[in-house]
Formats: sequence, structure tokens, C-alpha cells
Amino acid sequence: MHKLLTGKPGEKMLLLGNEAIARGAIEAGVAFASTYPGTPSSELSLNFFQMSRESDLYFEYSTNEKVAMEVSAAAANAGVRSMCVMKHVGLNVAADALMTLAYVGVKGGMVVLTADDPFMFSSQNEQDNRYYAKLSGLPMLEPSSVQEAKEMVGYAFDLSEKLKEPVLFRTTTRINHSSGIVKLGKIRKRITKGDFIKDPLNLVTVPAVSRKLHVKLLKNYDSAMQLAESSTYNFVEGDGGWGIVCNGVGYNYVSDAVEELQIEDRVRVLRVGFSHPLPPKLIKDFLGRCEKVLVVEEGEPYLEEAVKALAQEKGLTLPIAGKAPELFSRLYEYNPAQVRTNLAAYFGVPHESPALPDLSDLPEIPQRPPTLCAGCSHRATFYEVRKAAEGLETIYPTDIGCYTLGLLPPLSSADFLICMGSSVGTSGGFSKVTDKKVIAFIGDSTFFHSGIPGLINAVFNNHNFTLVILDNGTTAMTGHQPHPGVDMQQLQMDGFGRVSIEAVVRAVGVPHVTVVKPYKVKKSIEAIRAAIDFEGVSVIISQETCALYAKSLKLARRKPFEVTDKCRNHRDCMDNLACPAFYVWNERIKIDPNLCTGCAVCAQICPENAILPRKEKKVTA
Amino acid sequence: MKTTRLIIVAVGGQGNLLASSVLGEAALMADIPLQMSEIHGMAQRGGVVESALIFGNARSTIIADGEADILVGFEPAETLRALNRCNTDTVVITNLAPLMPFTVNIGKGVYPDLKQLQNLIRAKTAKLIAFNAAKLAEKAGNPLAVNMVLLGALIQTGVLPLETDQVKEAMQHKTKPAFLASNLKAFELGYTAAAKAA
Repeated sequence: MHKLLTGKPGEKMLLLGNEAIARGAIEAGVAFASTYPGTPSSELSLNFFQMSRESDLYFEYSTNEKVAMEVSAAAANAGVRSMCVMKHVGLNVAADALMTLAYVGVKGGMVVLTADDPFMFSSQNEQDNRYYAKLSGLPMLEPSSVQEAKEMVGYAFDLSEKLKEPVLFRTTTRINHSSGIVKLGKIRKRITKGDFIKDPLNLVTVPAVSRKLHVKLLKNYDSAMQLAESSTYNFVEGDGGWGIVCNGVGYNYVSDAVEELQIEDRVRVLRVGFSHPLPPKLIKDFLGRCEKVLVVEEGEPYLEEAVKALAQEKGLTLPIAGKAPELFSRLYEYNPAQVRTNLAAYFGVPHESPALPDLSDLPEIPQRPPTLCAGCSHRATFYEVRKAAEGLETIYPTDIGCYTLGLLPPLSSADFLICMGSSVGTSGGFSKVTDKKVIAFIGDSTFFHSGIPGLINAVFNNHNFTLVILDNGTTAMTGHQPHPGVDMQQLQMDGFGRVSIEAVVRAVGVPHVTVVKPYKVKKSIEAIRAAIDFEGVSVIISQETCALYAKSLKLARRKPFEVTDKCRNHRDCMDNLACPAFYVWNERIKIDPNLCTGCAVCAQICPENAILPRKEKKVTA
Repeated sequence: MKTTRLIIVAVGGQGNLLASSVLGEAALMADIPLQMSEIHGMAQRGGVVESALIFGNARSTIIADGEADILVGFEPAETLRALNRCNTDTVVITNLAPLMPFTVNIGKGVYPDLKQLQNLIRAKTAKLIAFNAAKLAEKAGNPLAVNMVLLGALIQTGVLPLETDQVKEAMQHKTKPAFLASNLKAFELGYTAAAKAA
């Protein structure tokens, strides 16, 4: 059974932040969870998924974050403790639901986890989702450590039930992907069945109802503020005159810096863990005891602006700083040395950093960017599209998934990307204002997530582009989560429906639809060329199972290929495909048989037909 | 308790995260406070995987540039790339078996010379322990055990507050039973190699 279900109270485990949060939710009796996968939150929902297969916890991968929010909101409105998990940009998708759910509220506890990604380790932006708390008026909690994250989730459910509204739980990558030693607590019994009681005058948000509900939200806001004033998650350490206000992982860097600089008796640290609404009395009292204050927070000056405004209200003129050219940036994540240096500079404390070696004479080290896997069907499709479009001036809007890696040469098949689903919508715009051929790429999971409305729009408004749907049968990038097009029988799971991408595309009225098998190079190129030649909306569905997923499903393996003596060193394979199974040995291309998946795409493009299935070499003793 | 900061760099698929979780388990059993973090967004797509392990009472889970006490590199060019994480007192352990980045394969970059690489690391840090861990893993009967070879070398340096027995016990919990014998052998070979190199 899953370790997070069996762990005994008092037991200590080394847990990833995402595991600790999952355990915290289980301890709090979460009975319903939903998500759309997104790094850095993916392992949290993976753990829910695994546990749901062994217990009465309900979990679903929803088609997108908005739907995930809605299913959880309904469960919570029927009195069932529910949790909705997403990455920071996912909350943009779910924001429509969230903003009015804040008015309607919940009956059972509902926690909405948003995993922010400062530095954009695996995201398209580094927006600071604390502003969603401000925008929605909902309470927000932010842990500083893995252990605290587990405790705080439990509190978040209690808080949600107390205020009868959802609670936002904000992590950053360094919480989700850090590990720490965590002491487990008791698991509360899950209550999986609820009841919905009709109350349309409070639950159906027509204007007259919403006007009343907004008053309720503001009242809740005041109650939440009172709770924030006395919350143990907003605490002060030290009694010196140098004030430091911090949150999240910044608190860890501050704590370590204070100790290393040996300024424990000079500082007074306010750690804000209940960060919306902020506690004005607590902050004003804190400021009144400081000579000067430094605010340490990754992202935007959310705390800094609030602290400055509160100082003004109290008539305090002490210096307060945070974001400044010589101090902290709004960019990227912070680190312990940077916080230590800035603390020392701001408060005038002498300190020495370790002696750093001079690295100016290091040779240039070849980059090691992530790349499409050996045998990845996307590589084949990109090659075929470029061949089919030879001689045309093209624009390649792309989307979010592994195939965004098509950006790199030699595939170079990505020209524009802003968000999930944007390949389809932006294609419409490009096709209207330019005379170039627009060919867009979108993955199967992303198509279900937010590609369909754009496609309907294109049919209705008579746009002119080709959409290539890269259907590899899974949500590959985030770790092979299912989506509505997946055959759940492959995972030995019953009771699921299955949605055909082709049927959807035909049903919305796309006039030119072709399904191709990308490992068949010539046929695919011909089909893609016909789609490109078509005036109007055309769709190519390129179907082949993700090579990594096929391996994990233990599907039958194809025989690896090798470069035979017929090779004349044209290097078309390397120059056009650059599959990671290729390597150069004595100026010749070789294929690593351990990496080759036998897709045979390189064999089909070799002008000398020199790439053939590998002959079993007889081993002689 | 003194804070000790360890960085492990590897290429996706080399078993860096398993090595880290063995060390984590050992710390848990030895009741040593530990913070750990990892960046592995694209591990399965040939990218670089980095783990930071901080033993002692520090609260931070990441290690700033120049602040690693010990750096373990599973791949020589990645060790060199991570040199900015070291200071002049850092101990460095590196595998000498290269894994060619595909950028080199397609002619966009030159792999650094291994001799020069070692000389540079040796000149800029307190100590370098370098050997071919892939060969030793093969010798142990498990080519995938490069991570366990390097764990052996790491424990031999005595920089971490962990004992050999604690790590071996953690290996029993964290690695697959079918590979335990070869993993332990790999650990031993790494330990001996580091002792010889020192």
C-alpha cells in the first residue's frame, strides 16, 4: 500500500514537499481531489492518483484547471473536503471559476494549491500568485518548509470550513521539490459522500444574489484578517531593532544568514505565513519596534508595499526597503548567499564570503539542453512538416509540452508561444494578417486542455492554417498522466470513457482532416502537403505512442538499427533529425543500440539506404 | 551541528536522485538534520539533474554559488560546469567517463579535454578525486551502478557526517533487492578508488 496511507502517527519519513503536502491533505481527511498536471505540482497529484487506486479517495485528472476547480468546488459545496492542485499559470485558467467561487463559498473545506515557479525552471512565466489572493479576497497560506507545508495543509482545511470559503495554498518550486524529514500525524476519517442542499438565492450568482454575496465575502475578509492577527503562522523572532519581514523559503535564507552573520540579538524577524489578508495590527506593532526594515520576498513587492502603506498609516518614517537595484530583484529565485550579502549591506554588518576560484580560464563547455528522446515521434513529425513545407514561407505557432523542444535546431519548428492552447488561437491571427503559411503544433493533452475552442473559432471565422495535433497517447512532459484520449485499459483501469481526437475535430466541422503515422515518412509528407495546400482549416493528427511511455508500458520493442558500410557520410540523418541515439565515431555516424527504439525514420531518409535493422552479432567466446 | 553542503550533478538517467535518497534515508536513520532539493524538470530528456543536500541545522534547502563543501559529478563536463558552485576549500569527486551531449554529436561544441579538465579542477579547489566510475560499475556487475560507486567515494572522504554502515543500510531500504549485491560491490569499489586517489 502507498507509504503516505500506511505511515503511522509519530513516524518520521524523508518526504518530498509534494509528498508532504499530499500526506497533510490525507491527514486532514481530504476525500476529493482534482488537478491538471503542471510542474512543480505534478508529484502531488501523482501521489493522490496512486492513493486513489488503493483507497476511497476520489481523484481525477481533469481536462484543464478550470474544470478541476469546478469539480472540486461542487464537491466542497456538497460538504466534502476537496483539494484542487495546479501550477501557477494554471490558476489563470481557473481564475474565472475562482473569482466567483469566492462569492459563493463552500460547505466542506476546499484548498486550492498554486505552485509558483520563481526562475521558471519549467514554466513560461514567473508570475506571483499572491495577487490572486488579493484579487479574489480569499485567504492565502504560504509554508517555509516541507514539514510546515504538511501541517499547514491541515490548517488550511480547518480555516476553509471556518470561513466557509476556499483557501489558497501557495508554494514555490523550492517547497514542492525540496525534501525534508517529516513527522507524520493522525489521519482523519475521510467522508466521501456529501449532500447538496438547494439554496439558489445564495448559490446562483445572478446580479441580485452576487451583490449580497460580495458583502458576505468582505465580512469574511474581516474575519480572516482577525485570524491572521493571531495566527501562529505569522510569528516574530528576536527583539532587536533591525526588522526583517519575510515569507516562504526567503525565511530560511534569512534565518541562516542571521545565524552566520551572528546578528541574532540585533534583529527582529516577522515571518508571514498567513499572507492574505495581512494582519495590520501585528505589522504596525512590529514596525513600531524597529529602526529600519528590510523586506525579503521572492517575486513582486507584495509584502513591501503593504508594509510601507501600514507604516504611513501609523505615521512611522523609518526606512523600509526591499526591491531596489542594490538590494533585491523581482527577478528569479533568491539564494542564501544573496540574502546574507543584502542583509549585511543593508544593516552595515561586516562579512566575508568564501574565497571563489577564478573561473575565467575554463574552456567553453558544450551545452546540454534537454532534447526530444531517441525515437520520439514528434521529431519525425517535425521533419515531415518541414519537408512538406519546403519552399514555403512559414510561421510555426507551437504549444506547451515536450514538442516545445522542437524549438532547437535542426528541427527549428517553433516560432510563437504564450500559453496552453495558444497555438490554435494565434494561428488564426497570423493567418489573417500575413501571407505566410501558418502551421501550428499542439499536443494531445493540450488540445483537450484548451485547443478545442480555438479550433471551433477557426472553423467559424474561416481562418486559414494547418493544425498538427501531436497525439502520443499521454501527457508526456509532466510524467505520463492520463488525458481524455488515453486508453485507460492500458493502465489496467476500468470505468473511464475515451474521447477520440479525430471525432472531435470532425465534429466541430474541420473540412480537411487526416490521420498519419509519423514513422511512415513518405506517406506522412504527402498527407501533410495536401493539408498545407488546402485553403481553410486543415488538421493533421499524427498518432504514435510516446517512446518513453511505450517503454514504461512494456509495449513490444522494435529492433534497433545500425549504420552499415553503405554509408557515404551524407549525414542527412544527423543534420535533419539529430536523434540522441546518433553519435560520431571516427568521423562516421553510429547508432547507439541501447538508445535506438527502431522507429526507422532515419533509415527512410538515408539517401543510400545505409541504415538497416541491426544484425544480431554472434558472440564468440 | 556543523553545516555540510553537498551538490551532486548528473545527466538525466544516471541515478542522481536515487543516490540522494539513499543519503537522505541514511541521515534519517542517523537522526541527522537534513534539507534537500533537486532540479529535475527535464531529467528524462537528457538534461542536467542537480541535487543539493545540506546536513546540519541550516534551514535553506539550496546551496548558493561558491558554497558547496563537496561536489560530486557523475559526468566530467558536468563537474566542470558546476565549478562555480565550489570555493577554494571544496572537495570535488568526479567520474571520468563522459556522456557526450548531443550538441557535440551534431558538431555544435567541443567536449573538454579530460586531462585539462582535471588539472583545472585540481588547481581551483582543495582536492580532486577522479576516476572512471563507469568501469568500476561494470566491474561490480551493474553498469547502472555509477551512482553507488560515487556514493562509496563520497563516504570515503569523510566530509559528510555519515558512516559507511549507515549508508549501506539505507541502500538496503532504497535500492531494488535484485541489485543490492552489485550495488554494495559498486559502493566498495568506489570507496577503495577514492582511498587510492587520496
